[in-house]
Amino acid sequence: MILAGTSTDRLDITAIRLQFPILSRMVKGRPLIYLDNAATTQKPQAVIDAIIQYYCGYNANIHRGIHTLAEEATAAYEDSRTALQEFIGAASADEIIFTRGTTEGINLVAYTWGRANIIAGDEIIISEMEHHSNIVPWQILCKEKGAELKVIPVMDNGELSMPAYLDLLTTRTKLVAVTQVSNALGTVNPVKEIIRAAHRAGALVLIDGAQSAVHLDINVQDMDCDFFAFSGHKLYGPTGIGVLYGKKELLNHMPFFHGGGEMIKEVTFAYTTYNELPYKYEAGTPNIADAIALKSAIDFIKKHGRNQIRQHEAALLSYATEQLEAIPGLTIIGNAKEKASVISFIIKGLHPQDIGILLDNQGIAVRTGHHCTQPLMKRFGIPGTVRASFAVYNTTEEIDALVAGLRKAIKMLS
Amino acid sequence: MEKDIAAIEEAFIESFSFLDTWEEKYEYIIELGKKLPALDEQFKTEDKKIKGCQSTVWLVASYQDDKVFFKADSDAVIVKGLVSMLIEVLSGQAPDSILNARLEFIEKIGMHVHLAQTRSNGLRAMIAQMKDYARAFKIIHI
Repeated sequence: MILAGTSTDRLDITAIRLQFPILSRMVKGRPLIYLDNAATTQKPQAVIDAIIQYYCGYNANIHRGIHTLAEEATAAYEDSRTALQEFIGAASADEIIFTRGTTEGINLVAYTWGRANIIAGDEIIISEMEHHSNIVPWQILCKEKGAELKVIPVMDNGELSMPAYLDLLTTRTKLVAVTQVSNALGTVNPVKEIIRAAHRAGALVLIDGAQSAVHLDINVQDMDCDFFAFSGHKLYGPTGIGVLYGKKELLNHMPFFHGGGEMIKEVTFAYTTYNELPYKYEAGTPNIADAIALKSAIDFIKKHGRNQIRQHEAALLSYATEQLEAIPGLTIIGNAKEKASVISFIIKGLHPQDIGILLDNQGIAVRTGHHCTQPLMKRFGIPGTVRASFAVYNTTEEIDALVAGLRKAIKMLS
Repeated sequence: MEKDIAAIEEAFIESFSFLDTWEEKYEYIIELGKKLPALDEQFKTEDKKIKGCQSTVWLVASYQDDKVFFKADSDAVIVKGLVSMLIEVLSGQAPDSILNARLEFIEKIGMHVHLAQTRSNGLRAMIAQMKDYARAFKIIHI
């Protein structure tokens, strides 16, 4: 049991909760119980402060001004890039491209690398558990180029079928784009194995790290992925900022994405020469404030320790699994051997939306619906699930409240 | 002679005024949802679907003696209860009455949260669709 008042392995959850101002608010007259962390996490005071300090203290456009504010803002922005490089184990800060989030990162690769390299008859492999953001960009690309989109099937327990994946790989496979952690099922995919097999077949690999970056220790060099995209807001950072990592030699040879300021070296009406990495992909004034504040989110995670956070979340997941399984009629969707702290379930005869509404009235925030994974829901033959997802600040007491809230909802609906 | 829209809305507002807690209010709506007869399977077709992000509403309209009649169903019971109230208020009314209905009772009984964009439950779209039917019948028949 991890009670709010106790600490596990040096993690003092009570003290951590105090760093998140939103956790002390009331919803519908009850203390907020926030279990929708896979959608977005709440922000610690340090992240909020970083945004305020930027606008109050040194707001300026970066990279061009020679005045003090511009220098301070540029330094903070680039410090954040370096922190992110270290956070995901990239070889160079030039491989860290600031984006609006995972979706933009994936689209950047589809629109630049994809359009330059995919031709008719090529194959792109995704999986049945992908978020729409890692389906639609490839679908658009395949349609435009006459390429084929192939899908790795998900097994009943929520794991990818690796034999089926290996069968899908051919000499025409140019790219494999899969998620490291399923947002709907919590499944942790064996990405190293997926990447190794893809590389053997001569294909590149993009990993959707939207869900994994907050839960797992990420080292892109060890993983050997070619691209890795993630969002700041799912790891205690601000919305509207994310990162696309790409191997330098790939990024260097890819066409640019958006044209504009910052990404150029010299512009005349006859020709334009382009800037180097990473600025080549950061046209226009970037989201400076949120990029800077993202470093504070990384610092927060580092301070408490990724392993300690992971242990805490694993304990919450196993406690929640045990407690939820005791509810009659409840079925957990996704029972992979390795899961992140995401738990999706259905209750026999009840619509997830009805459960979500009745939980909300008890101050409990969960996600209900298809989680932007309609093909996956179709595969399980369900309209959607109720999903509870845990972060570092959640406690077993909150899981008890969820279970009590569910029992009440079931009683009201039956 | 059927009651006018304002009178039916008023009746709902009065019923809800006796329900003190959120539990009582939702239990009342769930009860209405369960009581609304299921729509015949033959009507549950794509063209009758009002798809929300999470739940689905099916809406069927007909026109008789200058009045528009609605039948509907949903796969989620709370939405179905809310749908049941909308049918009670709008079904059997003249096209103009439906078009002019402001449906303020939804806010007065504290259920306007279900009309918010974020709920994406098809309820907003359903009201728009009911008005579209009224408009269409008016053009065809009047």
